[in-house]
Amino acid sequence: MLILTITEQNIDNHLIPILAQVSDPEIPVLSIMDMGVVRSAIIENDVVKVQITPTYSGCPAMDVIGDDIKKALQEAGYESEIELILSPAWTTDWITPKGRKDLERYGIAAPLEAEADKEALLGEKKIVKCTNCGSTNTRLVSQFGSTACKAQFQCNDCQEPFDYFKCLK
Amino acid sequence: MNFNLYKYILGISDNSLILGQRMGALTGHGPSLETDIACTNISLDLFGQVRSYYQYAAKIADDGRTEDDIAMLRKEREYLNVLLVEQPDTDFAFTMARQFLFDVYHLLFLTELQKNKDLTLSAIATKSMKEVSYHQRFSSDWIKRLGDGTEESHLKMQDAIDTLWTYTDELFHQTEADKIMVSEGIGVDVTKLKDNYYQKVNNVLEEATLKIPESKYFQKGGKEGIHTEHMGYLLSDLQYMQRTYPNMEW
Repeated sequence: MLILTITEQNIDNHLIPILAQVSDPEIPVLSIMDMGVVRSAIIENDVVKVQITPTYSGCPAMDVIGDDIKKALQEAGYESEIELILSPAWTTDWITPKGRKDLERYGIAAPLEAEADKEALLGEKKIVKCTNCGSTNTRLVSQFGSTACKAQFQCNDCQEPFDYFKCLK
Repeated sequence: MNFNLYKYILGISDNSLILGQRMGALTGHGPSLETDIACTNISLDLFGQVRSYYQYAAKIADDGRTEDDIAMLRKEREYLNVLLVEQPDTDFAFTMARQFLFDVYHLLFLTELQKNKDLTLSAIATKSMKEVSYHQRFSSDWIKRLGDGTEESHLKMQDAIDTLWTYTDELFHQTEADKIMVSEGIGVDVTKLKDNYYQKVNNVLEEATLKIPESKYFQKGGKEGIHTEHMGYLLSDLQYMQRTYPNMEW
Protein backbone atom coordinates (compact mmCIF):
# COMPACT_ATOMS: atom_id res chain seq x y z
CA MET A 1 0.00 0.00 0.00
CA LEU A 2 1.20 3.45 -0.87
CA ILE A 3 -0.12 6.26 1.21
CA LEU A 4 -1.09 9.13 -1.00
CA THR A 5 -2.37 12.53 -0.34
CA ILE A 6 -5.21 13.82 -2.44
CA THR A 7 -6.71 17.23 -2.18
CA GLU A 8 -10.19 16.72 -3.56
CA GLN A 9 -12.68 14.09 -4.56
CA ASN A 10 -12.36 13.03 -8.17
CA ILE A 11 -15.02 10.58 -9.28
CA ASP A 12 -15.93 9.71 -12.85
CA ASN A 13 -19.66 10.40 -13.47
CA HIS A 14 -20.16 7.02 -15.14
CA LEU A 15 -19.00 5.22 -12.02
CA ILE A 16 -21.18 7.02 -9.48
CA PRO A 17 -24.30 4.81 -9.89
CA ILE A 18 -22.19 1.65 -9.62
CA LEU A 19 -20.30 2.79 -6.54
CA ALA A 20 -23.51 4.07 -4.94
CA GLN A 21 -24.80 0.46 -4.80
CA VAL A 22 -22.00 -0.54 -2.46
CA SER A 23 -22.72 -0.08 1.23
CA ASP A 24 -20.84 -0.29 4.48
CA PRO A 25 -21.34 -3.93 5.63
CA GLU A 26 -21.91 -2.77 9.19
CA ILE A 27 -24.37 -0.03 8.22
CA PRO A 28 -26.11 -1.59 5.20
CA VAL A 29 -28.42 1.40 4.60
CA LEU A 30 -25.53 3.76 4.05
CA SER A 31 -23.94 3.90 0.61
CA ILE A 32 -20.17 4.31 0.60
CA MET A 33 -20.71 7.36 -1.62
CA ASP A 34 -22.86 9.01 1.06
CA MET A 35 -20.34 8.00 3.67
CA GLY A 36 -17.59 9.86 1.83
CA VAL A 37 -15.06 7.04 1.90
CA VAL A 38 -14.56 7.03 -1.89
CA ARG A 39 -12.02 9.75 -2.61
CA SER A 40 -11.39 9.12 -6.28
CA ALA A 41 -12.49 6.76 -9.04
CA ILE A 42 -11.14 7.20 -12.53
CA ILE A 43 -10.95 5.03 -15.65
CA GLU A 44 -7.41 4.60 -16.92
CA ASN A 45 -6.70 2.26 -19.87
CA ASP A 46 -9.95 0.35 -19.22
CA VAL A 47 -9.07 -0.18 -15.57
CA VAL A 48 -10.97 1.63 -12.84
CA LYS A 49 -8.68 3.01 -10.15
CA VAL A 50 -10.50 3.59 -6.90
CA GLN A 51 -9.08 5.26 -3.81
CA ILE A 52 -10.88 4.74 -0.53
CA THR A 53 -10.08 6.11 2.91
CA PRO A 54 -10.89 4.39 6.22
CA THR A 55 -13.24 5.96 8.74
CA TYR A 56 -11.14 4.59 11.61
CA SER A 57 -7.65 3.06 11.15
CA GLY A 58 -8.71 -0.36 12.36
CA CYS A 59 -12.10 -0.44 10.66
CA PRO A 60 -12.47 -4.11 9.63
CA ALA A 61 -15.12 -3.08 7.09
CA MET A 62 -12.50 -1.54 4.80
CA ASP A 63 -11.30 -4.86 3.36
CA VAL A 64 -14.90 -5.92 2.72
CA ILE A 65 -15.75 -2.56 1.15
CA GLY A 66 -12.74 -2.93 -1.17
CA ASP A 67 -13.90 -6.42 -2.23
CA ASP A 68 -17.50 -5.24 -2.70
CA ILE A 69 -16.38 -2.35 -4.92
CA LYS A 70 -14.35 -4.76 -7.04
CA LYS A 71 -17.36 -7.05 -7.37
CA ALA A 72 -19.80 -4.26 -8.27
CA LEU A 73 -17.43 -2.90 -10.91
CA GLN A 74 -16.80 -6.37 -12.30
CA GLU A 75 -20.55 -6.92 -12.72
CA ALA A 76 -20.66 -3.65 -14.65
CA GLY A 77 -17.85 -4.90 -16.87
CA TYR A 78 -14.90 -3.06 -15.34
CA GLU A 79 -11.63 -4.33 -14.02
CA SER A 80 -10.46 -2.37 -11.02
CA GLU A 81 -7.65 -1.60 -8.62
CA ILE A 82 -8.39 -0.46 -5.09
CA GLU A 83 -6.03 1.65 -3.08
CA LEU A 84 -6.32 2.66 0.57
CA ILE A 85 -5.25 6.21 1.33
CA LEU A 86 -4.88 7.87 4.72
CA SER A 87 -4.48 11.52 3.94
CA PRO A 88 -6.42 13.71 4.19
CA ALA A 89 -7.96 11.78 7.07
CA TRP A 90 -11.66 10.98 6.84
CA THR A 91 -13.97 13.26 8.75
CA THR A 92 -17.66 12.95 9.61
CA ASP A 93 -18.14 16.17 7.60
CA TRP A 94 -17.85 14.03 4.50
CA ILE A 95 -21.08 12.18 5.27
CA THR A 96 -23.65 13.70 2.88
CA PRO A 97 -27.00 15.15 4.07
CA LYS A 98 -28.69 12.10 2.52
CA GLY A 99 -26.24 9.88 4.39
CA ARG A 100 -27.14 11.56 7.68
CA LYS A 101 -30.85 10.95 7.02
CA ASP A 102 -30.16 7.31 6.14
CA LEU A 103 -28.25 6.88 9.39
CA GLU A 104 -31.08 8.33 11.47
CA ARG A 105 -33.64 6.15 9.72
CA TYR A 106 -31.52 3.11 10.52
CA GLY A 107 -31.47 4.05 14.22
CA ILE A 108 -28.06 5.69 14.44
CA ALA A 109 -27.96 9.32 15.60
CA ALA A 110 -25.92 11.43 13.17
CA PRO A 111 -22.72 13.12 14.41
CA LEU A 112 -22.94 16.52 16.09
CA GLU A 113 -20.39 19.31 15.62
CA ALA A 114 -17.06 18.88 17.44
CA GLU A 115 -17.82 21.03 20.52
CA ALA A 116 -21.33 19.64 20.97
CA ASP A 117 -19.97 16.12 20.46
CA LYS A 118 -17.53 16.58 23.31
CA GLU A 119 -20.27 17.86 25.63
CA ALA A 120 -22.50 14.94 24.67
CA LEU A 121 -19.79 12.33 25.21
CA LEU A 122 -18.76 13.77 28.55
CA GLY A 123 -22.40 13.64 29.59
CA GLU A 124 -22.45 17.41 30.17
CA LYS A 125 -25.41 18.19 27.96
CA LYS A 126 -28.41 16.28 26.73
CA ILE A 127 -28.29 17.05 23.03
CA VAL A 128 -28.20 13.71 21.24
CA LYS A 129 -31.62 13.08 19.76
CA CYS A 130 -33.27 9.69 20.24
CA THR A 131 -33.68 8.04 16.85
CA ASN A 132 -36.93 6.43 17.97
CA CYS A 133 -38.95 9.26 19.57
CA GLY A 134 -36.88 12.37 18.83
CA SER A 135 -36.45 13.37 22.48
CA THR A 136 -33.13 14.88 23.56
CA ASN A 137 -33.67 13.56 27.08
CA THR A 138 -31.05 10.88 26.45
CA ARG A 139 -28.03 9.61 28.33
CA LEU A 140 -24.63 8.28 27.42
CA VAL A 141 -24.26 4.56 28.18
CA SER A 142 -20.73 4.16 26.82
CA GLN A 143 -18.29 6.26 24.83
CA PHE A 144 -17.55 3.20 22.73
CA GLY A 145 -20.19 1.27 20.85
CA SER A 146 -20.73 -1.74 18.64
CA THR A 147 -18.20 -0.43 16.12
CA ALA A 148 -15.22 1.94 16.41
CA CYS A 149 -17.21 4.86 14.98
CA LYS A 150 -20.10 4.79 17.43
CA ALA A 151 -21.03 5.47 21.08
CA GLN A 152 -24.00 3.97 22.95
CA PHE A 153 -26.91 6.06 24.18
CA GLN A 154 -30.27 5.37 25.74
CA CYS A 155 -33.42 7.48 25.67
CA ASN A 156 -34.79 8.40 29.11
CA ASP A 157 -38.28 8.93 27.69
CA CYS A 158 -38.97 5.92 25.46
CA GLN A 159 -36.10 3.80 26.87
CA GLU A 160 -34.83 2.97 23.37
CA PRO A 161 -31.12 2.09 23.33
CA PHE A 162 -29.41 3.49 20.23
CA ASP A 163 -26.04 4.20 18.63
CA TYR A 164 -24.57 7.65 18.10
CA PHE A 165 -22.09 8.18 15.29
CA LYS A 166 -19.15 10.00 16.93
CA CYS A 167 -17.87 13.22 15.42
CA LEU A 168 -14.43 12.76 13.88
CA LYS A 169 -12.55 15.87 12.77
CA MET B 1 17.31 0.43 3.08
CA ASN B 2 17.22 3.25 5.57
CA PHE B 3 17.81 1.11 8.66
CA ASN B 4 17.40 3.99 11.08
CA LEU B 5 14.03 4.97 9.65
CA TYR B 6 12.94 1.31 9.75
CA LYS B 7 13.94 1.02 13.41
CA TYR B 8 12.39 4.36 14.16
CA ILE B 9 9.03 3.27 12.74
CA LEU B 10 9.14 0.04 14.77
CA GLY B 11 9.92 2.07 17.88
CA ILE B 12 6.68 3.98 17.38
CA SER B 13 4.46 1.16 16.19
CA ASP B 14 5.51 -1.63 18.55
CA ASN B 15 3.98 0.40 21.38
CA SER B 16 0.62 0.27 19.62
CA LEU B 17 0.97 -3.43 18.79
CA ILE B 18 1.76 -4.50 22.33
CA LEU B 19 -0.79 -2.25 24.00
CA GLY B 20 -3.32 -3.35 21.37
CA GLN B 21 -2.57 -6.98 22.26
CA ARG B 22 -3.07 -6.26 25.98
CA MET B 23 -6.40 -4.52 25.38
CA GLY B 24 -7.53 -7.09 22.82
CA ALA B 25 -6.82 -9.91 25.25
CA LEU B 26 -9.55 -8.45 27.48
CA THR B 27 -12.22 -9.32 24.93
CA GLY B 28 -14.91 -11.10 26.89
CA HIS B 29 -13.19 -10.35 30.20
CA GLY B 30 -14.02 -6.67 30.73
CA PRO B 31 -15.69 -5.69 34.01
CA SER B 32 -18.91 -4.78 32.18
CA LEU B 33 -20.15 -5.23 28.64
CA GLU B 34 -19.69 -1.55 27.78
CA THR B 35 -16.16 -1.41 29.17
CA ASP B 36 -15.30 -4.66 27.45
CA ILE B 37 -16.40 -3.17 24.13
CA ALA B 38 -14.46 0.02 24.83
CA CYS B 39 -11.23 -1.90 25.47
CA THR B 40 -11.73 -3.89 22.29
CA ASN B 41 -12.41 -0.73 20.30
CA ILE B 42 -9.23 0.86 21.61
CA SER B 43 -7.35 -2.28 20.67
CA LEU B 44 -8.82 -2.18 17.18
CA ASP B 45 -7.77 1.44 16.68
CA LEU B 46 -4.24 0.61 17.81
CA PHE B 47 -4.00 -2.43 15.52
CA GLY B 48 -5.27 -0.32 12.63
CA GLN B 49 -2.52 2.22 13.26
CA VAL B 50 0.04 -0.56 13.53
CA ARG B 51 -0.94 -1.91 10.11
CA SER B 52 -0.24 1.44 8.48
CA TYR B 53 3.15 1.75 10.21
CA TYR B 54 4.21 -1.85 9.47
CA GLN B 55 3.14 -1.59 5.83
CA TYR B 56 5.41 1.42 5.58
CA ALA B 57 8.21 -0.36 7.45
CA ALA B 58 7.88 -3.37 5.12
CA LYS B 59 8.20 -1.07 2.14
CA ILE B 60 11.37 0.46 3.57
CA ALA B 61 12.87 -2.91 4.55
CA ASP B 62 12.08 -4.17 1.02
CA ASP B 63 13.26 -7.70 1.86
CA GLY B 64 10.10 -9.60 1.03
CA ARG B 65 8.62 -9.41 4.50
CA THR B 66 5.01 -8.27 4.90
CA GLU B 67 3.29 -6.32 7.67
CA ASP B 68 2.28 -9.67 9.22
CA ASP B 69 5.84 -10.96 9.24
CA ILE B 70 6.97 -7.85 11.08
CA ALA B 71 4.18 -8.22 13.63
CA MET B 72 4.43 -11.98 14.19
CA LEU B 73 7.88 -13.25 13.34
CA ARG B 74 10.31 -11.26 15.43
CA LYS B 75 12.11 -12.40 18.56
CA GLU B 76 11.51 -10.72 21.88
CA ARG B 77 14.73 -8.70 21.70
CA GLU B 78 13.64 -7.25 18.36
CA TYR B 79 10.49 -5.61 19.72
CA LEU B 80 11.17 -2.00 20.58
CA ASN B 81 8.11 -1.04 22.64
CA VAL B 82 8.42 0.74 25.96
CA LEU B 83 8.12 -1.36 29.12
CA LEU B 84 4.94 0.45 30.19
CA VAL B 85 2.70 -1.05 27.50
CA GLU B 86 3.68 -4.68 28.19
CA GLN B 87 2.76 -4.53 31.90
CA PRO B 88 0.04 -7.02 32.87
CA ASP B 89 -3.62 -6.49 33.73
CA THR B 90 -3.14 -6.99 37.45
CA ASP B 91 -6.64 -5.55 37.92
CA PHE B 92 -8.83 -3.07 36.06
CA ALA B 93 -7.11 -0.11 37.75
CA PHE B 94 -3.82 -1.28 36.22
CA THR B 95 -5.43 -1.63 32.81
CA MET B 96 -6.74 1.92 32.91
CA ALA B 97 -3.63 3.43 34.53
CA ARG B 98 -1.42 1.82 31.85
CA GLN B 99 -3.74 3.12 29.15
CA PHE B 100 -3.88 6.62 30.62
CA LEU B 101 -0.12 6.94 31.19
CA PHE B 102 0.43 5.90 27.58
CA ASP B 103 -2.47 7.88 26.02
CA VAL B 104 -1.20 11.21 27.36
CA TYR B 105 2.23 10.52 25.86
CA HIS B 106 0.76 9.10 22.65
CA LEU B 107 -1.32 12.18 21.90
CA LEU B 108 1.60 14.56 22.59
CA PHE B 109 3.85 12.42 20.41
CA LEU B 110 1.40 12.21 17.50
CA THR B 111 0.81 15.96 17.63
CA GLU B 112 4.52 16.40 16.89
CA LEU B 113 4.75 13.51 14.43
CA GLN B 114 1.92 15.10 12.45
CA LYS B 115 4.24 18.03 11.58
CA ASN B 116 6.71 15.58 10.06
CA LYS B 117 8.24 16.15 6.66
CA ASP B 118 7.90 12.41 6.03
CA LEU B 119 4.41 12.50 4.50
CA THR B 120 3.52 8.90 5.32
CA LEU B 121 4.32 9.29 9.01
CA SER B 122 2.49 12.59 9.04
CA ALA B 123 -0.61 11.02 7.44
CA ILE B 124 -0.67 8.13 9.93
CA ALA B 125 -0.23 10.56 12.83
CA THR B 126 -3.07 12.81 11.67
CA LYS B 127 -5.39 9.83 11.33
CA SER B 128 -4.37 8.31 14.66
CA MET B 129 -4.65 11.52 16.67
CA LYS B 130 -8.39 11.64 16.21
CA GLU B 131 -8.71 8.14 17.63
CA VAL B 132 -6.23 8.58 20.44
CA SER B 133 -7.99 11.69 21.73
CA TYR B 134 -11.01 9.45 22.36
CA HIS B 135 -8.80 6.91 24.15
CA GLN B 136 -7.37 9.60 26.39
CA ARG B 137 -10.81 10.90 27.23
CA PHE B 138 -11.93 7.39 28.17
CA SER B 139 -8.90 6.48 30.28
CA SER B 140 -8.76 9.88 32.05
CA ASP B 141 -12.39 9.42 32.94
CA TRP B 142 -11.64 6.07 34.62
CA ILE B 143 -8.67 7.49 36.53
CA LYS B 144 -11.07 10.05 38.01
CA ARG B 145 -13.92 7.61 38.60
CA LEU B 146 -11.76 5.09 40.42
CA GLY B 147 -9.44 7.60 42.10
CA ASP B 148 -12.30 9.73 43.35
CA GLY B 149 -14.62 6.75 43.88
CA THR B 150 -14.87 4.44 46.87
CA GLU B 151 -12.13 3.87 49.43
CA GLU B 152 -11.33 0.54 47.77
CA SER B 153 -11.24 1.87 44.20
CA HIS B 154 -9.05 4.76 45.34
CA LEU B 155 -6.54 2.38 46.93
CA LYS B 156 -6.42 0.21 43.83
CA MET B 157 -5.93 3.12 41.46
CA GLN B 158 -3.24 4.63 43.67
CA ASP B 159 -1.46 1.28 43.75
CA ALA B 160 -1.63 1.01 39.93
CA ILE B 161 -0.28 4.54 39.42
CA ASP B 162 2.49 4.01 42.00
CA THR B 163 3.53 0.70 40.41
CA LEU B 164 3.46 1.87 36.79
CA TRP B 165 5.08 5.24 37.51
CA THR B 166 8.54 3.69 37.29
CA TYR B 167 7.96 3.03 33.57
CA THR B 168 6.95 6.58 32.59
CA ASP B 169 10.41 8.12 32.27
CA GLU B 170 11.40 5.70 29.50
CA LEU B 171 8.87 7.38 27.20
CA PHE B 172 11.26 10.34 27.02
CA HIS B 173 14.44 8.36 26.58
CA GLN B 174 16.11 8.65 23.16
CA THR B 175 17.69 5.68 21.41
CA GLU B 176 20.52 6.08 18.90
CA ALA B 177 18.05 5.64 16.02
CA ASP B 178 15.84 8.32 17.59
CA LYS B 179 18.74 10.76 17.82
CA ILE B 180 19.73 10.20 14.21
CA MET B 181 16.16 10.62 13.01
CA VAL B 182 15.78 13.80 15.05
CA SER B 183 18.98 15.18 13.51
CA GLU B 184 17.58 14.36 10.06
CA GLY B 185 14.44 16.32 10.88
CA ILE B 186 12.14 13.28 10.79
CA GLY B 187 12.13 12.06 14.37
CA VAL B 188 10.23 13.69 17.21
CA ASP B 189 12.44 14.94 20.02
CA VAL B 190 10.68 13.15 22.88
CA THR B 191 12.79 14.84 25.55
CA LYS B 192 10.85 18.02 24.81
CA LEU B 193 7.50 16.37 25.59
CA LYS B 194 8.41 15.47 29.16
CA ASP B 195 7.36 18.61 31.09
CA ASN B 196 4.08 18.88 29.26
CA TYR B 197 3.43 15.17 29.87
CA TYR B 198 3.87 15.26 33.63
CA GLN B 199 1.87 18.48 33.78
CA LYS B 200 -1.10 16.84 32.04
CA VAL B 201 -0.82 13.60 33.99
CA ASN B 202 -0.53 15.39 37.32
CA ASN B 203 -3.59 17.52 36.59
CA VAL B 204 -5.74 14.44 36.12
CA LEU B 205 -4.25 12.70 39.17
CA GLU B 206 -5.02 15.74 41.31
CA GLU B 207 -8.57 15.88 40.06
CA ALA B 208 -8.84 12.17 40.86
CA THR B 209 -7.66 12.91 44.44
CA LEU B 210 -4.64 10.67 43.82
CA LYS B 211 -1.13 11.30 45.14
CA ILE B 212 1.51 12.06 42.54
CA PRO B 213 4.25 9.46 43.09
CA GLU B 214 7.52 10.91 44.34
CA SER B 215 9.77 8.01 43.37
CA LYS B 216 12.72 9.06 41.25
CA TYR B 217 13.72 5.51 40.36
CA PHE B 218 12.81 4.66 36.78
CA GLN B 219 13.07 1.50 34.68
CA LYS B 220 14.02 1.50 31.04
CA GLY B 221 15.16 -0.98 28.39
CA GLY B 222 12.17 -1.74 26.18
CA LYS B 223 13.23 0.70 23.50
CA GLU B 224 16.50 -1.26 23.22
CA GLY B 225 14.70 -4.60 23.16
CA ILE B 226 15.37 -5.47 26.82
CA HIS B 227 11.95 -6.31 28.21
CA THR B 228 10.33 -7.24 31.51
CA GLU B 229 9.42 -10.87 32.15
CA HIS B 230 5.81 -10.23 31.07
CA MET B 231 6.82 -9.71 27.46
CA GLY B 232 7.63 -13.38 26.80
CA TYR B 233 4.19 -14.51 27.99
CA LEU B 234 2.53 -11.82 25.91
CA LEU B 235 4.43 -12.83 22.78
CA SER B 236 3.71 -16.51 23.26
CA ASP B 237 0.01 -15.59 23.03
CA LEU B 238 0.48 -13.12 20.19
CA GLN B 239 2.66 -15.43 18.10
CA TYR B 240 1.05 -18.75 19.01
CA MET B 241 -0.67 -19.41 15.68
CA GLN B 242 2.35 -18.49 13.57
CA ARG B 243 4.68 -20.62 15.71
CA THR B 244 2.36 -23.60 15.72
CA TYR B 245 1.26 -23.41 12.09
CA PRO B 246 4.01 -21.49 10.27
CA ASN B 247 2.77 -19.39 7.34
CA MET B 248 -0.86 -20.06 8.16
CA GLU B 249 -3.41 -17.64 6.76
CA TRP B 250 -7.04 -16.96 7.55
